[in-house]
Amino acid sequence: MFMFIMLKQKSGSMEIPKSFLGYKRENGRVGTRNHVVILPVDDISNACAEAVANNIKGTFAIPHAYGRLQFGADLELFFDTMIGTGKNPNVAACVVIGIEPKWTKRIVDAIAKTGKPVEGFSIEGAGDIKTIMKASQKAQEFSQWASEKQREECPLSDLWISVKCGESDTTSGMAANPAVGNLMDKLEPLGVHLCFGETSELTGAEKVCAKRGATEEASKKFMKTWSDYNDFILKEATNDLSESQPTAGNIAGGLTTIEEKAFGNFQKIGSRKFIDVLTPAEEPKKGPGLYFMDTSSAAGECLTLQAAAGFNIHLFPTGQGNIIGNAIEPVVKLTGNPSTAINMKEHIDLDVSKILKREMNMDQAGDELIKTTIRSASGRLTCAEVLGHKEFIMTKLFRSA
Amino acid sequence: MASTDIIIHDKKDNVGVVVIEKIKPNQDCNCWIMENDSSANIKSISEIPLGHKIAMIDFKEGDTIIKYGHDIGKVVKSIKKGEHVHVHNVKTKKW
Repeated sequence: MFMFIMLKQKSGSMEIPKSFLGYKRENGRVGTRNHVVILPVDDISNACAEAVANNIKGTFAIPHAYGRLQFGADLELFFDTMIGTGKNPNVAACVVIGIEPKWTKRIVDAIAKTGKPVEGFSIEGAGDIKTIMKASQKAQEFSQWASEKQREECPLSDLWISVKCGESDTTSGMAANPAVGNLMDKLEPLGVHLCFGETSELTGAEKVCAKRGATEEASKKFMKTWSDYNDFILKEATNDLSESQPTAGNIAGGLTTIEEKAFGNFQKIGSRKFIDVLTPAEEPKKGPGLYFMDTSSAAGECLTLQAAAGFNIHLFPTGQGNIIGNAIEPVVKLTGNPSTAINMKEHIDLDVSKILKREMNMDQAGDELIKTTIRSASGRLTCAEVLGHKEFIMTKLFRSA
Repeated sequence: MASTDIIIHDKKDNVGVVVIEKIKPNQDCNCWIMENDSSANIKSISEIPLGHKIAMIDFKEGDTIIKYGHDIGKVVKSIKKGEHVHVHNVKTKKW
């Protein structure tokens, strides 16, 4: 007992650092990274974008599978995702390459509103090789320009932190997720933007979550969003959903039902209230605070949408060991599972498994996570970055025309 | 302080989570209830691995499992206090 009391007295003693080192952008936002991105508009422009990135060091391409014959809400979400990715402050400059000029221009013009360098190229009528040459010349200019940018001291309120958990098990709900919640409780008062999502994985906890709306409007918007998603799932379901949710990994880790998973998931927001509900990839407009975003619970899709909304660093608690990264948003991974912390050490930025042995309390775990977040935001590469994880997964709403 | 074998989130919970590598049958286990920082004891019946749940009371079919102080599913096969609680005896009420 003495040990525990001693730890308790030490808790909450950390003074939260006031700043981190970031890249100030033309529109006032701050990046935690300084990427020069080669963005293909569509699937058939991936080869050209990848060739440019191969030619010009200090750049990378973000290949993806879509961008042709989409329409309606699905097309709008495609544009929001592409444009939001280019606008994200972690991107210093951007070369956009598409098959035809019209959609390419739409993306370039929207990214240009941030004031960052962006230029578009289209392949039709020129072919891959000439386009690669022209785009490479521009990419070289951007790469050398961006390489002179320096990190500057920025207030913590320039952090836009998104969260999502994956390959969760019961340790997620006991340790890693509440550690994220503790960080939210401490950083929200400092003016940080925060975002959680995973609409379908709040099933079972949806009524409790709805009560966390800061206004009646936010609560109602959440319930409508959740109900719409749930109706869609029930409509499309052809088998027993309990075979996909919880996942096989969740079940191996001891999670029995979607409700249990949902209440564990929900620990990530601590005691915060959300001020608004965002549509997929929608940029927050109500100032600092916690937002809920309507997303799939698949990690790649969720993170891509959060990054497209402008979030510049991501916290990812895992139980059994999800290895996800993101093309433009650094992903900080933490686990409360002692076996994962040892067996998948190279993927884990912060080990909070001592919580299970009561050798670390939640206050201390939250403090450690704040330190790790600030170090990562200031430039320390995350495990996912070092291991080359650049997932960029478009959310597709329905079939193309 | 005795080491903790099982963590219980909320005092209303009727299941606990194993936080050591595994619990053997007939093991006397120390439980820590996080919400009010209190302790409890239970004797196991089954072998239960890390992260899996143990029944803190006897359950019959149709009973509700409470974790985090909330309903997380229904019992589909009776469970004795100290037994392993998982997909073989509990099911979602949602899907």
